[in-house]
Amino acid sequence: MNVKLNGKPEQVDQTTVLELLRARNIEPQMVSVEHNLKILDKDHFATTPLHEGDSIEFLYYMGGGG
Amino acid sequence: MAMNDDQIKRYSRHILLPEVGGKGQKKITNAKVFVVGAGGLGSPVALYLAAAGVGTLGIIDGDLVDLSNLQRQVIHHTSDVARPKIDSAREKIVALNPDVRVVSFHDRLTAKNALDLVQGFDLIVDGTDNFPTKFLINDTAIFARKPLIHAGILRFSGQVMTILPGTSACYRCLFKAPPPAGMIPSCQEAGVLGALAGVIGSIQATEALKLILGVGRPLTDRLLTYDALTTRFRNVAIRRNPACPVCSDHPTITQLVDYEQEVCRTA
Ligand SMILES: [Zn+2]
Repeated sequence: MNVKLNGKPEQVDQTTVLELLRARNIEPQMVSVEHNLKILDKDHFATTPLHEGDSIEFLYYMGGGG
Repeated sequence: MAMNDDQIKRYSRHILLPEVGGKGQKKITNAKVFVVGAGGLGSPVALYLAAAGVGTLGIIDGDLVDLSNLQRQVIHHTSDVARPKIDSAREKIVALNPDVRVVSFHDRLTAKNALDLVQGFDLIVDGTDNFPTKFLINDTAIFARKPLIHAGILRFSGQVMTILPGTSACYRCLFKAPPPAGMIPSCQEAGVLGALAGVIGSIQATEALKLILGVGRPLTDRLLTYDALTTRFRNVAIRRNPACPVCSDHPTITQLVDYEQEVCRTA
């Protein structure tokens, strides 16, 4: 299906947010996921299904600044 | 208070802007900004706000200047190595603009001192280098109802977000809690391009001045991300999270907490 991942149109085969994270080698603890403008609870990564046209943002922790 | 001739000349390029003018410049002169950290982000933030004539600059930092800081912390010079960062920063600020009153604290921000310290300031700028303090500053801003300009940097990337407590999404709306210790590399471990701190810190200073002046659209309800390697800026729309642990209607965090984890300290 076609989704928008971090602003870019992408074709994905995965059916849940967690599967998509795994397929991209992203450790679920390391990101916040926004799914159609809603920030997901980490507990819901596995149960949030992906649909055609969904918009997904992987937001990364950045703790530097010193 | 009327501006003298030197001040009119010093701030002439601001006064020329219809959005600023003499009236806006007076708002800047009356503003009180609290900058947490006199490091990579804090350097450009403090220098640009001082140059702009912000009347009162509060700065807190418990560290001493280290040689490895100078690659990006442009407020400190080689001769400042081993001096408290706040002393070095105060000197440069006053040399740049004697109109600025510097209120400095040689200390770390903690759950104990944070609310007291931000009292008396109009807005907070996060220039810290670790997650515990970033979360602490967010919660402090929410509890004290002070606008916050948040930012973080790592390697070649940075992010910025303005938080208007009770109005726009906060840092915890995005990131509920700090990452597990050791999961995210620190700048000390992973490195950071020095000039990136200048880009991100300058954006923070700009957003602070916009808030002070009440002009334009603040960087609220969006996370600005910058990737230096591709020179790409993105605005990611963010909504307030109804399950946010600190700024929602039913918060689970109702007092300040010190997280133990240390990431990127003294970097
Ligand atoms: Zn929030």
